[in-house]
Amino acid sequence: MKAYELVEHEFDVIVVGAGGAGLRATMGLAEAGLSTACITKVFPTRSHTVAAQGGISAALGNMGEDDWRFHFYDTIKGSDWLGDQDAIEFMCKAAPAAVIELEHFGLPFSRTEDGRIYQRPFGGMTTNYGKGIAQRTCAAADRTGHAMLHTLYQQCLRHEAKFFIEYFAIDLIMERGECRGVLALDMATGTMHRFLAQTTILATGGYGRTYFSCTSAHTCTGDGGGMTLRAALPLQDMEFVQFHPTGIYGAGCLITEGVRGEGGILRNSAGERFMERYAPNAKDLASRDVVSRAMTIEIREGRGVGPAHDHLFLHLEHLGAEVIHKRLPGIAETAMIFAGVDVTRAPIPVCPTVHYNMGGIPCNIHGEVLTVRNGDPESVVPGLMAIGEAACVSVHGANRLGSNSLLDLVVFGRAAAERCAAVLKPGVTRGMPAAQATDPLLARFDRVRHASGSRPTAAIRDEMQRGMQLDAAVFRSGTSLADGCKRLAQTFESFSELRISDRSLIFNTDLIEALELDNLLRQALATIHSAANRTESRGAHAREDFPKRDDAIWLKHSLAWVTDDGEVRFDYRPVHLNTLTGDVDAIPPRARTY
Amino acid sequence: MVQFVLPAKSRYKDQPGRHFPAPPAAIRVRRFRIYRFDPDSGRPPCIDTFDVDLDNCGPMVLDALIKIKNEVDSTLTFRRSCREGICGSCAMNIDGLNTLACTCPIQSQGAESRIFPLPHLPVIKDLVPDLTHFYEQYASVKPWLQTREPAPAGRERTQSPRDQELVDRPSACILCACCSTSCPSYWWSSERYLGPAALLAAYRWIVDTRDETQGERLDQLQDSFRLYRCHTIMHCVEACPKDLNPARAIADIKRRMASRDD
Repeated sequence: MKAYELVEHEFDVIVVGAGGAGLRATMGLAEAGLSTACITKVFPTRSHTVAAQGGISAALGNMGEDDWRFHFYDTIKGSDWLGDQDAIEFMCKAAPAAVIELEHFGLPFSRTEDGRIYQRPFGGMTTNYGKGIAQRTCAAADRTGHAMLHTLYQQCLRHEAKFFIEYFAIDLIMERGECRGVLALDMATGTMHRFLAQTTILATGGYGRTYFSCTSAHTCTGDGGGMTLRAALPLQDMEFVQFHPTGIYGAGCLITEGVRGEGGILRNSAGERFMERYAPNAKDLASRDVVSRAMTIEIREGRGVGPAHDHLFLHLEHLGAEVIHKRLPGIAETAMIFAGVDVTRAPIPVCPTVHYNMGGIPCNIHGEVLTVRNGDPESVVPGLMAIGEAACVSVHGANRLGSNSLLDLVVFGRAAAERCAAVLKPGVTRGMPAAQATDPLLARFDRVRHASGSRPTAAIRDEMQRGMQLDAAVFRSGTSLADGCKRLAQTFESFSELRISDRSLIFNTDLIEALELDNLLRQALATIHSAANRTESRGAHAREDFPKRDDAIWLKHSLAWVTDDGEVRFDYRPVHLNTLTGDVDAIPPRARTY
Repeated sequence: MVQFVLPAKSRYKDQPGRHFPAPPAAIRVRRFRIYRFDPDSGRPPCIDTFDVDLDNCGPMVLDALIKIKNEVDSTLTFRRSCREGICGSCAMNIDGLNTLACTCPIQSQGAESRIFPLPHLPVIKDLVPDLTHFYEQYASVKPWLQTREPAPAGRERTQSPRDQELVDRPSACILCACCSTSCPSYWWSSERYLGPAALLAAYRWIVDTRDETQGERLDQLQDSFRLYRCHTIMHCVEACPKDLNPARAIADIKRRMASRDD
């Protein structure tokens, strides 16, 4: 191996990723006076938070009665009781202040007539423990994620936070079970950088690109999850992959749930509002897993629309041009560009599309990463934190409610920064890690960089994505999952046959895509094996051979380790059925209907 | 005479680069002529030709670029992320117009599509320009809320829907740089002229009723270069893939400056 010259950096804290969570953490750390570097593979405002549309949930009560306890109940029910109730309490209680803070930062929220933040209904969001429909989702038209990401980047500029832009994180530097920092490639110059820090925060987002059809950006490759697995740490609840009911048929682009929040309706080939049969109360505003399953059944039973009867229609013509123009202008534009549809006149062709990973890096409410050590399933990994979609706190359990993810980003981004400010002493340095902490990481990078086999990245990636789409879909069965595991093992194996054509180190996206593929493959393995392992149906994980939820055995988080050989090993962590304080009563598991 | 200096690596020798034909069975074939620059090679930029089978390709220019990268030449380098026109990564010059490759349909008219990096920026590699200066100009307008009064405790600053409408469109900018790099005045004076994107960002805060530093913001723009190098050429409006109107924002800033002098 050719020796790589390392450019050395040392900070109090390193944040990897500059989406909503990473930027909120970076801003808070800079504000707290800790020396902080944010490393990001794309310019911050290109992060996938930018594509979030509908809004951010918080029981502000601007549109009518609301209480964070209702939000707490809805989130637990939405999670199909797999969410940790202490973490959910923490998030829902913190929500109103988090949204007010964003407004104070200048986020251009839509407004009510009396000048307050506009809130819209969203799936699974109710008042009085399921009795009424809540208007809880705070919106900036239908580009709330864009408004939030830009606002947070602006706050980072204001606090003069230090960014390393278009730096690709290769691996965590681990020493004696502790994270010492991260190795990263400067894409523009091809130089290798070693970032040491007291704490490393992974805010790297989800891994939606394991699937063929997803709303996720090309850059959603779960790099933090991949690095975590390579550091011999587990990922949690990876079987829970959310299918958003309304991705544009064919293109996969997201059409926000806010469309249904504003009154949009799904109809089948007979023109029937079929959600009335599946969720008599909530109808089109049932939880995403419920709506996606209903749509899949409609299509399977021959009531889909289009020449192949393989999708459905989302109608919003009846909302009128004025509401569409005011509340959903981005959707109108997206539908026109990607489906050729004028939404004031015709319905949008949609189908369930991979959208969000409930699973991720296990951590507590401070963002501290957890693993199993000496029988303790909640042993903190020193020096390592995770936030946002990359993490699994777990506030979303088996199914996330729409508009809870933007909330997750800011609440836990802030919590992680506050934790660092509370426990770290600025300027403490710890000396260089031993060579053996970095050498194997460089060796792996070098192997990928010089890969000269027969299979290009795109071919391996395509095989993985099609396999996941087929075998780890909305409905899963033991046989299809077993087939999927076998096929994916071969795909994973074939990564040793990888071929890179671009030998340059300057902006080598051929190489970056290969490194991303390595991250995706490991998480695809964790996902499909976890799905095969969990013999029940819960939230987004629907097993045809085990159609019922099984609290006696499966009211627990799965932890999956993936070795470099692609072997997957499991352990478990109990679900926290207790609350954090006495401010609210825990909600014991019960049947889940909408 | 004034010399118009092109950034490094933006001159290409108009000589044929490599040609990658479509599969023989392809019926609907579109020719893409794409700017290539390999920083390691020491060679000047050139134009490669890729013939793409449109029957096996998505509808957008980005789909064609990804197909080429996946199946023909994995060294082809460009930025991309959201593929739905909101992240601003894949801004480039397509058939002479700056736009986003992900929302730009592949044309069927004409002989070929010509794809270049955003004009008048230093090129890092192929279709990837160096946007460092563009981002610095954005940061220079202090694009964050500045107030003197403390925010109300435990509740939002109120803003009427009508006042919100003033910031609604200007705040929808995705920083793709299509507008600034389409502006001839910006080509000439980008060192000192802020360009339409940064001025739109400044305007977004000038018209925000919550911001309390309108005066300072105008002071900062009161400069013959930073603001007044806008000569109302209007390329920015034509280029904006989000249908925003930086020219109107700049005109409004100038109007505010004028009424201020009275």
